[in-house]
Amino acid sequence: MNEEDSPYLPESATILNVKKMAENEKLFEIELDSGEALNHDPGQFVEVSVPGVGEVPISISSSPTKEGNSFELCIREVGNVTGVIHTLEKGDEIGIRGPYGEGFPVDELKGHDVIFIAGGLGIAPLRSLINYTLDRREEFEDVKILYGCKKPCELLYEDEVEEWREMDEIDYRETVDECPDDVCWEGNVGVITTLIPGVDIDLDNSYTVVCGPPIMYRFVLQELKEKKVPDERIYLSLERRMKCGVGKCGHCQINGKEGEFYVCQDGPVFNYDVVKDFEEAL
Amino acid sequence: MKIIKKNVFEGLVDELIENDEREIIGVQSKDSKYVFDRLEKAEGLELDYDVTILPPKKYFMPQRETLVEYETREGLEMEPVNEVIPRIIIGIHPYDLEAIKQMDKVFADSPKDSNYLEKRENSVLIGVNMQQTSDWSFAGSMGTATVDDGYDLMLTDLGKKYAVEIGSSKGSDLLEKISEDVRDASPEEIDKVEKAKEEIKDEFDKELDFSPQKLPSLLADTYDQDDFWEENAEDCYSCGTCNIVCPTCYCFDVQDFSDISLEEGERMRQWDGCMLEAFAEVAGGENFREERAERYRHRYMRKGRYLYNRFGDIACVGCGRCSSQCVPDIADPTDIFNKLWRGKDE
Ligand SMILES: Cc1cc2nc3c(=O)[nH]c(=O)nc-3n(C[C@H](O)[C@H](O)[C@H](O)COP(=O)(O)OP(=O)(O)OC[C@H]3O[C@@H](n4cnc5c(N)ncnc54)[C@H](O)[C@@H]3O)c2cc1C
Ligand code: SF4
Ligand code: SF4
Ligand code: FES
Repeated sequence: MNEEDSPYLPESATILNVKKMAENEKLFEIELDSGEALNHDPGQFVEVSVPGVGEVPISISSSPTKEGNSFELCIREVGNVTGVIHTLEKGDEIGIRGPYGEGFPVDELKGHDVIFIAGGLGIAPLRSLINYTLDRREEFEDVKILYGCKKPCELLYEDEVEEWREMDEIDYRETVDECPDDVCWEGNVGVITTLIPGVDIDLDNSYTVVCGPPIMYRFVLQELKEKKVPDERIYLSLERRMKCGVGKCGHCQINGKEGEFYVCQDGPVFNYDVVKDFEEAL
Repeated sequence: MKIIKKNVFEGLVDELIENDEREIIGVQSKDSKYVFDRLEKAEGLELDYDVTILPPKKYFMPQRETLVEYETREGLEMEPVNEVIPRIIIGIHPYDLEAIKQMDKVFADSPKDSNYLEKRENSVLIGVNMQQTSDWSFAGSMGTATVDDGYDLMLTDLGKKYAVEIGSSKGSDLLEKISEDVRDASPEEIDKVEKAKEEIKDEFDKELDFSPQKLPSLLADTYDQDDFWEENAEDCYSCGTCNIVCPTCYCFDVQDFSDISLEEGERMRQWDGCMLEAFAEVAGGENFREERAERYRHRYMRKGRYLYNRFGDIACVGCGRCSSQCVPDIADPTDIFNKLWRGKDE
């Protein structure tokens, strides 16, 4: 069979670097063995293969504006495949398919304020867009980042977060659900929604981009509604079970009275106004 | 339209079994049911049957197939795999031909799925018009009791002879071998075939009370009738049988298998079903279609609406396999669709 013909054939790639970020999350820097850049949009994902174990969809966590041809994936250990990925080291080879899906509408966001709301691992896909806006800072107006985790030790991208805290050109706020007594934490304590009331949102000129666990969306969206943020100015990145990444296996479908979407092709990034009435979306 | 004697057709089939490189598949009886299976002799063919247990889909999308092989001895090597066995499949009913046509669209949609498409391209489909119908079938209502295309050859039983319609050059090539025994059909014979086709449409016990073209909007309107879906799904075992036997179900799961050395292995896809509980579950335990009723509704929505929205076909061809094999007897599309239709104005 001709190689170009199979949408299921991964390309080989090599791990250039592994960095532990928190108890269950590691950041992997990866380069395709072809030497080519991935050429992705912020918000897209790849299918990562560990031959003999399986394949999992993972958001691309680095910006296409990053120097060099490598890209980064932030992977949480939760099961079979991600468990084995966590044992891999620099120099190990993996398979990559993609990039897949629709990412964030970068051109639409340009010239506007962008407000990022990330819960837990939701920072992984958002970071590709955050870094994009930081690398092309002049193309965007105000940039605000709201980032929440369960505990201070679960904070990801610590080095970068440290920079964000110091940066004048962005407004960075953080919160943890709870903070053990013996941990030093200067940020807010409370769920992520507690950060939203204090943020100034220019309703006519801003976009809000949200990513987090399913439960977070409901509360964050409620809070944004109270702030009168128009639904069409909100973008979400959704997660579903995926087996193919190319619109065939049927696993990632989201349905509602209005119709249906395939998260692997129509998403993972969706405009809230488009999916809000879909019963299975949120 | 051509005419060949039955014994000539059987001779052709035996000659193909004997000398053709392709695998010859035909409908055969097995434990008082019918199956598509490899033919040993033309004698074994049962062209007067009601329905087969599984549709011929299995020859293009096998229950399990390898997509990729890999080896890690000297660096990671991955190869695409497609195990294509060229086949001639004899005895496909019109509703199954329609289902294959729909699957062709699904897998040809970008990005193309060569594992399916190459198997399809290397197959010859010989259809046969129905003489009897399954008690569960409602192909008459779905417009799939007869077809105008989708076959390479199409047979109609005329007693001691078959009328043969030619759908493609793959089909006419087969007739080449017996060209001396093939003649044109007379106007009377053509008439007979047309009449047989007309008559079979009324032979189905099960019926849809309305035009299938109304399904997409009916299902959109009734999507949120939660009580209805819950009531009807109550006895569902979530066994997935209704998915497995359906000629238009194509969802799949993918798994890796490695040999003992762990240095080589393969990635395989296998049939999956949206009625199974874990179908939409992700790590961390979140299940986006957790309730039985949600999965139950999903199957009907997909047949009558979602796939129509995407590919323009009502994805139920009325074969009745799902309902005939559902143990609690809750998978009959006519039952559900008719109830929704009757209840829509209430
Ligand atoms: C678009 C998208 C982007 C994602 N981005 C990230 C990311 O940046 N970082 C990260 O750590 N995780 C991400 N995930 C989730 C990640 O794919 C799952 O955690 C992973 O598939 C779990 O596989 P496993 O084999 O370790 O777990 P198991 O529980 O052993 O899973 C078995 C199989 O179930 C399926 N499955 C289970 N959970 C998921 C899931 N959440 N999503 C899709 N399929 C699943 C997979 O096919 C997997 O092979 C993303 C998921 C999607 C859909
Ligand atoms: S409807 Fe019937 S066949 Fe289908 S999953 Fe439920 S019990 Fe099984
Ligand atoms: S839904 Fe049932 S009747 Fe319709 S095509 Fe599938 S198996 Fe046949
Ligand atoms: S992941 Fe297979 S259809 Fe979307």
